[in-house]
Amino acid sequence: MRTPHWVPALFIGPALAVMAAACLYPVISAFQLSLFDWSMGTPWSSARFVGLDGFVSAFSNARVWSSLATTLIFAAVCVTAEMVLGIALTLALEHPVRGMAFFRTLFILPMMIAPIAVGLAWRYMFDAQFGLINAVLAVFGIAAKTWLADPTLAFAAIVIADVWQWTPFVFIMMIAALAGVDSSVIEASRIDGARWWQMTFRVKLPMVMHVIAITLMMRLIDAFRVLEVVYVLTFGGPGDSTEILALHIYKTAFVGQQLGVAAAISVLLLVVVALLSWGALRLSNPMKGDGR
Amino acid sequence: MKRSPWLVAGHYTLLCVLAFLCVAPIIVIFATSLRQQVQIFAEPLNFIFMPTLENYRAVLQEDKLDRYLWNSLFVGIVSTVITLVLGCMCAYGLARFRFPGRNAVAYTTLLLRTVPLAVLAIPVFMIWSQWGLVNSLWGLVLLYVAVNLPFTVWLLYGFVLQVPLELEEAAAIDGCGPVKVFTKVLLPLMAPGLAAASIFTFRIAWNEFILALVLTDRSTRTLPVAASLFITDIGVDWGKVMAMGSLIAIPPLIFTFVAARQIITGLTAGAVKG
Repeated sequence: MRTPHWVPALFIGPALAVMAAACLYPVISAFQLSLFDWSMGTPWSSARFVGLDGFVSAFSNARVWSSLATTLIFAAVCVTAEMVLGIALTLALEHPVRGMAFFRTLFILPMMIAPIAVGLAWRYMFDAQFGLINAVLAVFGIAAKTWLADPTLAFAAIVIADVWQWTPFVFIMMIAALAGVDSSVIEASRIDGARWWQMTFRVKLPMVMHVIAITLMMRLIDAFRVLEVVYVLTFGGPGDSTEILALHIYKTAFVGQQLGVAAAISVLLLVVVALLSWGALRLSNPMKGDGR
Repeated sequence: MKRSPWLVAGHYTLLCVLAFLCVAPIIVIFATSLRQQVQIFAEPLNFIFMPTLENYRAVLQEDKLDRYLWNSLFVGIVSTVITLVLGCMCAYGLARFRFPGRNAVAYTTLLLRTVPLAVLAIPVFMIWSQWGLVNSLWGLVLLYVAVNLPFTVWLLYGFVLQVPLELEEAAAIDGCGPVKVFTKVLLPLMAPGLAAASIFTFRIAWNEFILALVLTDRSTRTLPVAASLFITDIGVDWGKVMAMGSLIAIPPLIFTFVAARQIITGLTAGAVKG
């Protein structure tokens, strides 16, 4: 059947127009803005073209480098912990049991709650004087710690909050992947006398390697996008020990009021995330294949 | 194969521990919101206390909470409806028609899904200022529709592909035009996908905080922005902020318990064939 050529345009056009105007255009504008010196509160006409000066001042700023390092360590530690914990828990709990649907419902709660509420809950629990965590530690005879006032412990706090929120995601993905594995293959390996670890590392995990890779990429991309939980939990402090790049961009733009420089740094973050996304798309493009 | 009772008991014990860890911080939000100010700053392990609605009353009286609640509901619901309508049309178009530039559109859509909101904040603030959309609820709606469309299109694309082509062809032979095939045949079959997409979109629009903070003022604030204002340099007003946190958490909690299966479908879509 031949469809008139205006039909696809009718279906795709409106969504495309909105995405182009309110998502793609701002992203392109970030590149443009990064070449200008523009202070917040002044009209755009007063912005001055400075070429790559914004990039020069961003890259010569030690705080940009330290926040990039913080972001990389944050992403590496969180994603490693979430993947290892998530896969280990999946292997321990993959056997179907009654009531699993209820437990899965509870496990997705941390992802559904507002990041601002997550940040608040952890900030309250990490409080040095009246926080739940120090109180629990005291039961075990461990001295109270000033979690959010110590650079290392504050970093641990934002990692713990992220691991709490997103390990269930890895778990849900892996449970779904393993449930889709052809059970006759597992049965065959059992009959061939495979031990538990052989079955796990030589048969099961290789069969879901694709899902593991995609989950890893999704977590990595999202780890670079984290902002709101850290904003509420530490606001980058103490000092700049938890100032991840996204938060540094926000502060430069809306606290320091240097929109041009902030745009230059955001181009840096955008490039990192775009490279990761490109890698993820190479692994799996859900929209490839032909239409009608 | 029968598993030993010890193994089963261990299995459930581990599940219960994990469930407790997932739920505990959320319980802390609600419990703190029901405590009196003096109790909040003492005895964190004392779980037996007289609940009070004092914090909720204080939040309601002091602030324009009804206003913020209305703003949040308006932005959440309108964004969700528009995103769903545009998203399912676009997903259908991409899944069922071949046209020049289709792959470019598909790739760009997927890449836009991963843009960090911190990157968007600055240019959006500039552009919305020029368009007169700052401090307007419609400005927020436009932004949330745009950032939610990529995921929605991606998710619904998979659901369109699951609908047998023969059904649409049969309807076409019976004289339905392409628009009628879409509304009468496809949409009803995509209901689970639409449910998942609407939950994910509403969740972002309802929960989002940074962009709303940048783009709203006293009268267009959403609940998360209003809550964040209780966090100040001199400290946090815990009772009130947790009362706000509880209000913000309630709709996602309800959705999760009502539609956990659809949410899991949405989470695993694209990576796991289900």
